[in-house]
Amino acid sequence: MVAETRSNSVFRRLLGSDASILQLAVITVVIFVLMTVMNPDKFLRYYNFESITYVMPELGILCLAMMVAMLTGGIDLSIVAIANLAAITAGIYFKQPGVAEALAAGGTGAAFHVTMGVLIALMVGLLSGLLNGVLIARLRIIPILATLGTGQVFAGLALVLTGGPAIAGFPDAWTWIGTGKLLGLAVPFWILIVVAAVVAVILTRTHIGLNLMLIGTNARAAVFVGIRSARMIIYSYTMTGVMAAIAGILLSGRTNSAKADFGSSYLLQAVLIAVLGGTNPAGGKGRVAGVLLALVSLMLLSSGLQIMRVSNFLIDAIWGAFLVVVIAINYLRSAK
Amino acid sequence: MKIFQSTEAVIAAVLILVMLAIGFINPAFWGVDNLFSLAKSNVVIGIMALGVLLVMIAGGIDVSFPAIAAAALYITVRTMVAIGYDGVVLPFIGACVLGILLGAFNAFIIERFKMIPLIVTLGTASIIRGLVLGLLGTSIVNINKMPKELIAFGKVDLVSVTAANGATVGLTAMVLVYLGVAVVMHLILRHTMIGRSIYAYGGDAESARRAGVNIRKTIFFVYCTAGLLAGFAGLLQASMIWQANPRDFVGWELDVIAAVVLGGASIFGGRGSVLGTMLGVFTLVMIKNSLILMKVDTTWQRVVVGAIIIIATAITAWRDRKKLA
Repeated sequence: MVAETRSNSVFRRLLGSDASILQLAVITVVIFVLMTVMNPDKFLRYYNFESITYVMPELGILCLAMMVAMLTGGIDLSIVAIANLAAITAGIYFKQPGVAEALAAGGTGAAFHVTMGVLIALMVGLLSGLLNGVLIARLRIIPILATLGTGQVFAGLALVLTGGPAIAGFPDAWTWIGTGKLLGLAVPFWILIVVAAVVAVILTRTHIGLNLMLIGTNARAAVFVGIRSARMIIYSYTMTGVMAAIAGILLSGRTNSAKADFGSSYLLQAVLIAVLGGTNPAGGKGRVAGVLLALVSLMLLSSGLQIMRVSNFLIDAIWGAFLVVVIAINYLRSAK
Repeated sequence: MKIFQSTEAVIAAVLILVMLAIGFINPAFWGVDNLFSLAKSNVVIGIMALGVLLVMIAGGIDVSFPAIAAAALYITVRTMVAIGYDGVVLPFIGACVLGILLGAFNAFIIERFKMIPLIVTLGTASIIRGLVLGLLGTSIVNINKMPKELIAFGKVDLVSVTAANGATVGLTAMVLVYLGVAVVMHLILRHTMIGRSIYAYGGDAESARRAGVNIRKTIFFVYCTAGLLAGFAGLLQASMIWQANPRDFVGWELDVIAAVVLGGASIFGGRGSVLGTMLGVFTLVMIKNSLILMKVDTTWQRVVVGAIIIIATAITAWRDRKKLA
């Protein structure tokens, strides 16, 4: 008996106090059953789920990044551009004469340069996010326009750096990040787990997380309480930028290439999944568990539809319709 | 100097300075052919910008208009080809009606479910583009299949002159269409009840509601008109470039929003004018077109547009803060 109540409370804590997570769990199960029934012999295959664990993480990390930006009532429309720019910068570093030779030689030299590449990519993400944060918090540009503008600048810089075509041929250790296996699970999947855990801890266990929620709930009150709003907002966009860079590393590692206009449909999907996961785009509300559940449900949906050979265009339309339906459900639920 | 307090005057001053600078770097800028082609490049983006202006004055944002324009143009032209109809007036009415319907869909979701316009229109844009490409296909209707009268309409010139190199260049009559739309929009915004309601609603939604503004009607008018203008501009594009491409206008939302913001409209709503928007559109189109004249590599275009958005919004944010203080 005691054990049962205990597990019950743990369960409840995982679900959170709001019903949105429960609703999401139901949606996920419904989609899972629906797709299994519609593709009886193809959906429930190990290979199918394994391929999802390789594709899902890059989008998942972008969704978490979007959620962090939305916590303060903002939005980051530049995440995909940051991801591509970070991957391209690293790709160009690997193409430098000295670096390319060391990479070809292999050994510790190659390991050193791949680590440097990762750090460079993360640095690009950090600086891009910092720029967004400064524009939004210090120059007081509204997040939509600031990130719309910086997104153009980042994508434009990526285009200038590559001149248009994709950069291909990343070092082996880099592609391992996107395609390798560790302890039986996909490396990208591990990275998603780590990033999600770190974000969850920051949001629920540190003062930064609490402050971000407060700013999103009531920006004025937060100022009166003595929260250094501008600084917190800069932190949140910097975090978003770094996460976008991680997604860029995964994407370029998985496809072994980087291009200025990769993954453009990820932007809408990241917004959709963040909102579907219970994040309030007006700020103040957002949970990692919710976003992850929404991510899983939509990955199952699109994988099932792809098995049914539905055209990718129609899948895009279905994602959009899903967003509108979720908006409607959320409204009707909150109106009750 | 009261004149410099008006936003339009400031934009016009910037515009003239930029023109002089570009002309100084490359005198070819002042060539008749360049000026005429510049005017032509303004038409379609300008008409869309007027729709977005309306949405922004009402405090919203619309990123679905490129999808609406592409849908209206492609559905209309494909229907014309399928039934073998040729003409001008009916197809444009059809495209406008399609635009209004899609705009009404936006308005319905935004008004009924009280959702942030950016997120709603991101979703509807994805639905519209996905359905058009998924159900109608991706093949481009080329000039040999395009309805002849539609192309003839797009080819009408106001005046034509012989340029320095001997070629004849014409100023497209579509400029008149653009100016006509602009005048109508100006009259609606400044001299009708609904126009004033849009400013009131964008300035402060709650005060507007208490003052007796019909919120639902205002939202529907704004998004339906934006849809109408997008549909109209879409078909106009098809008749001007002589082809119907269902993937047309991808990425235009950025340019158009940049132009409207550059024209002095505030994204918080309640501010913006037709004249300012037209100047903003002209400035943006001119800078983009002139990068080639100034021998700047085309890969830099997006960086420049992004920088323009950031600078223009930083200035407006600074201006709005000064007004509040």
